[in-house]
Amino acid sequence: MNIYEQTGRIFDIQRYSIHDGPGIRTIVFLKGCYLRCRWCCNPESQEYKQQELTQGGKTRIVGKDVTVAEVMDEIIKDAVYYQRSGGGVTLSGGECMAQPEFSEALLRAVHEYGYDTAIETTAFASREVVDRLLPHVDHFLMDIKHVDSEKHRAFCGKPNDAILENARYIAENAKELIIRVPVVPTFNATSEEIAAIAAFASSLPRVNELHLLPYHRLGQDKYAGLGREYSLLHITPPTNEDMERLAAAARLAAPRLHVQIGG
Amino acid sequence: MGELKFVIKKSPRIDRLIEHLFAKMPEIEADRAELVTESYKQTESLPIIKRRSAAFRHILENIPIVIRPDELIVGSNSIAPRGCQTFPEYSFEWLEPEFGTLATREADPFYISNETVERLKKVHPYWKGKTVCDLAASGMDPDVLDVFLNHGVFTVGNYFYNGVGHINVNYAKVINEGLEAIIAEAKAAMAKLHIGNGDYQRRKQFQEAVIESCEAVIAYAARYADLARREASYCADPARRAELLTIAENCTRVPAKPARNFYEACQAFWFIQQLLQCESSGHSISPGRFDQYMYPLFKKDIDEGKLTHEQAQEYLDCIWVKLNDLNKVRDAASAEGFAGYGLFQNLIVGGQNEQGVDVTNDLSYMCMEATMHVRLPQPSLSIRVWNCSPHDLLIKAASVTREGLGVPAFYNDEVIIPSIMARGLTLEDARDYCIIGCVEPQKGAKTDGWHDAAFFNMCRPLELVFSNGMDKGKQIGLRTGEVEQMSSFEEFFDAYKKQQTHMIEMMVHADNAVDYAHSVRCPLPFESCLCDDCIERGMSIQEGGAHYNFTGPQGFGIANMTDALLAVKTLVFDEKKVTMAELKQALADNFGKGILPKKALELTTQITQELMLGGANVSDDVIRAVYRNLTNAETVDEKKKARYAEILKMIEALPKYGNDIPEVDAFAREVGNTYTKVLEKYTNPRGGSFQAGLYPVSANVPLGYQTGATPDGRLAFTPIADGVGPASGRDTKGPTATANSVARLDHGIASNGTLFNQKFHPSALSSMASLEKFVAYLRGYFDQKGMHVQYNVVSRETLIDAQKNPEKYKNLVVRVAGYSALFTTLLRSLQDDIIARTEQGWQ
Repeated sequence: MNIYEQTGRIFDIQRYSIHDGPGIRTIVFLKGCYLRCRWCCNPESQEYKQQELTQGGKTRIVGKDVTVAEVMDEIIKDAVYYQRSGGGVTLSGGECMAQPEFSEALLRAVHEYGYDTAIETTAFASREVVDRLLPHVDHFLMDIKHVDSEKHRAFCGKPNDAILENARYIAENAKELIIRVPVVPTFNATSEEIAAIAAFASSLPRVNELHLLPYHRLGQDKYAGLGREYSLLHITPPTNEDMERLAAAARLAAPRLHVQIGG
Repeated sequence: MGELKFVIKKSPRIDRLIEHLFAKMPEIEADRAELVTESYKQTESLPIIKRRSAAFRHILENIPIVIRPDELIVGSNSIAPRGCQTFPEYSFEWLEPEFGTLATREADPFYISNETVERLKKVHPYWKGKTVCDLAASGMDPDVLDVFLNHGVFTVGNYFYNGVGHINVNYAKVINEGLEAIIAEAKAAMAKLHIGNGDYQRRKQFQEAVIESCEAVIAYAARYADLARREASYCADPARRAELLTIAENCTRVPAKPARNFYEACQAFWFIQQLLQCESSGHSISPGRFDQYMYPLFKKDIDEGKLTHEQAQEYLDCIWVKLNDLNKVRDAASAEGFAGYGLFQNLIVGGQNEQGVDVTNDLSYMCMEATMHVRLPQPSLSIRVWNCSPHDLLIKAASVTREGLGVPAFYNDEVIIPSIMARGLTLEDARDYCIIGCVEPQKGAKTDGWHDAAFFNMCRPLELVFSNGMDKGKQIGLRTGEVEQMSSFEEFFDAYKKQQTHMIEMMVHADNAVDYAHSVRCPLPFESCLCDDCIERGMSIQEGGAHYNFTGPQGFGIANMTDALLAVKTLVFDEKKVTMAELKQALADNFGKGILPKKALELTTQITQELMLGGANVSDDVIRAVYRNLTNAETVDEKKKARYAEILKMIEALPKYGNDIPEVDAFAREVGNTYTKVLEKYTNPRGGSFQAGLYPVSANVPLGYQTGATPDGRLAFTPIADGVGPASGRDTKGPTATANSVARLDHGIASNGTLFNQKFHPSALSSMASLEKFVAYLRGYFDQKGMHVQYNVVSRETLIDAQKNPEKYKNLVVRVAGYSALFTTLLRSLQDDIIARTEQGWQ
């Protein structure tokens, strides 16, 4: 099959993204994820099946099946901005590794047009899937949420063993890997936990950057809109001072890495 | 990656100057009005050009002068900081009824003392029937005058009531050669005249007026030299005394003779900038390519070690403060259209020279630094961008943008140069363009652009289609037929074009009547001698003495009309979901919605007065009922209201301009051309042609206030879209989509300028990396032949306003710490989080 005919399920395309990879980017949000992170700001991305989401009194269907060609029609609209900024396309989600055929086809198409590619991934996937995407990704933006597998399971629904193994494999084989950490109070927002993640990231070959992303509540209202409960109502976003303190702990644990707050 | 260049420490003097300038509400003074009247009374036997120079001299010899504390550059048109004089020779009648409300009005209030009121009342009677305004009104076809004054289709009010301004003059010549050289030039031109020639008298009188004006300015500078010396003599502080003595020396030297150093050049520049705004009340006296004509002496002083960048920066900062010392009082209605005490003194940096070489220099950067230091509305800072602009210049500009001052405005050489060449400029002149006022390109020092000649409301002709040319009980438009009888969209669109062309023609006539009145009543010898080819032609700018002559009235409402015409096409003709009769009634009923309380109050008063005039006995209950009905649309029954709600919903669901939809944008281009293409065939009395702009300044609000509901779902009397951007809240696909749509308009044909405003959240500019992305975004828009863009970085106040008025901010994207969302869709508590995070430092 022609890659442009490959279909996949997405729930949004967002243009002019400037915090998810180099330059000005278009983000394609894929539907469906293996993890169930409790703070997830896109809870409508988690289920693969189409869902009703009610926001501001309006209900809409989340999830749409599209071909790569249709997505490319949207992507090329900002070509001039990719060229000027060295930007391109980022696949986010959801989890793009949960739709490997579609993700591979889309990434290949984007490369055919000459634009830069990136994916935001949990890397909770089989080695075969990772291998499939590897040649077509210029930048991996990968989450390491916790080094403790039990705590990972408690907050994300899955253990982290496969993730940590994949992180090392991607580090060894990808063009670029940046490690990102959602900093979530009550989960990982202590100096010790962040330092442990930083030390792990530092142990990965050719990884140079660690981004600490402060927890925020932007997705909170969508939980109610999906008829779900938001389990983190009791926590508040980390303050700037908290973030600075954690960044300092990360730098101490991983002097080799460039540590920054925000993407 | 770029580098942030020329970050220079601000002198503590600058904040002191600003504090002094803004300590009080600006004040109106009577001296100029008295002096111009005195002079006019004594010169009734002279030709007008000589009466103008005599009056200018009389004013400059006698008007009180002041050196403000800490000033290094001196010269003020008023004793009160940010004060203003009045110009009764243009118009005065509007001022008298407003004496009582000037200090309390919402837009641009001014303090006026009882004494000043009395003094002005004494001189005003002399001017009855003698003003530019009187002559313009008497020369205008009565029907056109009525449409202009009473029907909200267009307004030529700016130049009807005030001077024209909107010019860039030959500052370089004054700096490098001095006014004495201009006097010599006028004398030489006079010496060549032959008494037997038919134009001898006119030319001789003009040159004499030029000489008298230049001498008056030189004498005025000498008064400042004396004042500085006098103040130095009793100044206890030795440092300030030395400063005052240098000021005295500067004012003795310039602008009479060539400036010898950068400081003198600054003072020479300032006298010209200030006194052009004393000769006439015209605004948008634009310094233009300041970084170019100031550069030679700057470079010489730096190279010779006589000046440091820090000192030069302090002089620049002082000029920036002075540009805010000038002020102008407008009538209440105009003040709303130009809100913010704007004088639109546009100063542009960067770009190419006449040979097509980029000439960005240190001063280009330092001008931007001055804006960051001073943080005041003036000057209107602009930057020229082309393929060879240094990347660092754009990075610096982006860093100014993120200060949230709405400047600089960015201009695209690649669009503007061919655009103005198509209007007859040479390649060299086109490459050397500057910007006047808001967004209007011209070749400086040889153009009378008459930019900003009128505001044209593109929505009103559509109303005339629905009313078959009737407005307020009068047939002002053409009879294009009953709208319900129209059988195709083509017929409907054609009726719109006909109504629009008819109104454009009326506006052209109104402009030309005003134009002619200026040439007869207020030719300006001083302004003229600083503009090519006036001395050579022996003729003032107002009579057509400039090398290039244009008239540039600007249309606005392109976004509303695109969406409105497409709504009619789709819903009435293509899909037949709404009948024309239904739509017509829906518009008349404002879609079943009440109107704004302020407007309702005005209309209630109007209706009550009409009823009373008709002999009716109007009780309080009746008045209350009228008001209630207007605010709640009570006479529209529930069934109709429900249907109107359906219609509004159908309109809302249609594709809209601003969302990167090629077919819609192509139609917007066609709609733009119904204004721009039609206008270019008309001529003005100065031997030039009309050229269109597409921008509203802030007139989209007051003229929207006179416009009923439109088929795009815009409710009656609400603002019309600003500039060439989409209607507020209708672009929902992000800034690249909006920019792509806007770039699809034909900007080149709107050679009087287009205006595109965009809003950004500060986090889009927070780090060096994001400045890079911002510059790339700008470049991408310009690659697609956008002409102009400026960015408003949303402030905390804007976000708070967005919480209160979410309908106005549907497209406001906030991006904080790597995530983004439409602000108005967020929960209140989350919005509060974001507001708390907004405007943290740039580090």
